[in-house]
Amino acid sequence: MSDFLRQYLTVAIFGGAAVMMVGLMLGAGRLVRPTRPQPEKYLNYECGVDPVGTGWSQSHVRYYIYALLFVMFDVEAVFIFPWAVRLDAMAVFGLIEMLIFILILALGLLYAWRKGVLRWI
Amino acid sequence: MPVQLPPVDWTTIAPEGIFFVGGLVLLLGGVFVGRRAPRGLWSVATVVVALLALWPTFHLWHQINGGHARTAIANAIVIDGFAVFFFVVVVSTVVLGALLADGYLRREGLEGSEYYVLMLLSASGAMLMASANDLIVVFLGLEILSIALYTLAGYQQRRAGSQEAAIKYFVLGAFSSAFFLYGIALIYGTTGSTNLGDIAAFLRDNALTNGMLLAGLALLLVGLGFKVAAVPFHMWTPDVYQGAPTPATGFMAAAAKAGGFAALLRIFISAFGNNRLDWQPIVWALAVLSLLVGSVLAVVQTDVKRMLAYSSIAHAGYVLVGLQAATSRGLAGALFYLFAYAFMIIGSFGVVTLVARRGDDDHALDTYRGLAYRRPALAMTFTVFLLAQTGVPLTSGFLAKFYVISAAVEARSYALAIIAMVAAVIAAFFYLRIVIVMYARPEGAEDSPAATAPVPIAVGAGVSLAIALGFTLVVGFLPSAVFDFARHATLLRL
Repeated sequence: MSDFLRQYLTVAIFGGAAVMMVGLMLGAGRLVRPTRPQPEKYLNYECGVDPVGTGWSQSHVRYYIYALLFVMFDVEAVFIFPWAVRLDAMAVFGLIEMLIFILILALGLLYAWRKGVLRWI
Repeated sequence: MPVQLPPVDWTTIAPEGIFFVGGLVLLLGGVFVGRRAPRGLWSVATVVVALLALWPTFHLWHQINGGHARTAIANAIVIDGFAVFFFVVVVSTVVLGALLADGYLRREGLEGSEYYVLMLLSASGAMLMASANDLIVVFLGLEILSIALYTLAGYQQRRAGSQEAAIKYFVLGAFSSAFFLYGIALIYGTTGSTNLGDIAAFLRDNALTNGMLLAGLALLLVGLGFKVAAVPFHMWTPDVYQGAPTPATGFMAAAAKAGGFAALLRIFISAFGNNRLDWQPIVWALAVLSLLVGSVLAVVQTDVKRMLAYSSIAHAGYVLVGLQAATSRGLAGALFYLFAYAFMIIGSFGVVTLVARRGDDDHALDTYRGLAYRRPALAMTFTVFLLAQTGVPLTSGFLAKFYVISAAVEARSYALAIIAMVAAVIAAFFYLRIVIVMYARPEGAEDSPAATAPVPIAVGAGVSLAIALGFTLVVGFLPSAVFDFARHATLLRL
């Protein structure tokens, strides 16, 4: 076995150990504990209001569009943070590049606005 | 400490840049001009953008012929004859696709610039794939190409089939992109670089055939094989091609195959050329499977659009025959095939668009019964495209098949050459069946209403079909210009 693959052996051992530990603990718990099922026990524990309806109920399509716009700017932020940290090193070139990037994303917002997506009827 | 930024040679990515900026302009134009746009404005604007991109392309072609094939932007982009050839192919698909879409979108009540924007963006991705010299850039191009195509497939939102096509294409496409990425990771693990030139140099100095490199190669092949619809990664093709709006299907079939094969040919011949004995048998098997499965399954289809989808799988097999030869003749043959194929397939789907009429749902073979009596010119055009796809002499399709098969013979892959010819014979059956149906007399006027309804031809679609028809015939008679172009479209030796 090559040295390279031997390094992965460590990963495999860790993975195997993790699966075994969890399996042992949950398995032992299952053997020892009493089982008395009640519907209330299957509700989400301390997560706000009790759920109504099924998990597959429909929500309004507008939420999806908002989520999409949110993702757009979320991704923008992911790129801006590392850029801001190294801005001094990249100087004017970096600034212009980022301005172009933000401009393109802003065009997307402009498009959404003209399409009337931002108006909540 | 200042970061050393690589110098950016804008001229090398000018064609992609023009497509991208053109796409943005059209997007904003669409929302600001809106319904006041005159008929056909967006279609014409797209054609203008595509032709504008030809200008830097010709400029680059002259530089290359002057011995200036080169890599640029930190070696991530390569400008050689091969890349420029694909620029021209992609520009052609955009021009034909845009002209075809105009009448279709008006017929289906889908006017707006978004369709053209998506087309331009996906085309810029295909061009980026053709000129990428780094696996990461290839991946970038692949995603730009695919994401726009997923949306195009679902463009006709009101038809359930279109939605189904989009979601299927998206889920399976994302899956295959993951395969491709994992392949890049394994290649990087063995060779220490994602740059095609560095990979080639590394493999030249170290004769290497370890499992990880082979696994990486195989995963790259899976990812790109999916994009070009090679068997056994073809399962999505019939459903997506059938569900997508018909002009989008034509564009998708031409542009996605061009982009996918550009990356496939460049990666395997240029970066892994020294390991060809490792990958040639696999490509051989893929080619045989694509040829036979595509042809045989197309025979049993009764839906013309679905049948063309299976036949496009078989076409991928022929291009793989060229790749399998891994010689300069094989490469030139594959390039010629892709160029000729782009015109044939967009033309074919163009006719299907027109015959399907409003709703874009009726593609049964019966719809074509007696088409020659209602629309003689249209039936004649479709006949030429079908004969070209069969590989009948005096059409571009014959020479395309001839070049790849003769390259296979020259590379001593006799079995593969014979299988390719057998597949062509099988394929002839279903292509000719459509021709016969079109020229059959309709049995009585009270036939099904589908077989007697008039077939209106939009102006743009007519122009698009005329260009495709002209190309197929002229190249069939005088192939030397295009074939010389393909022969000079060599890969930059890294």
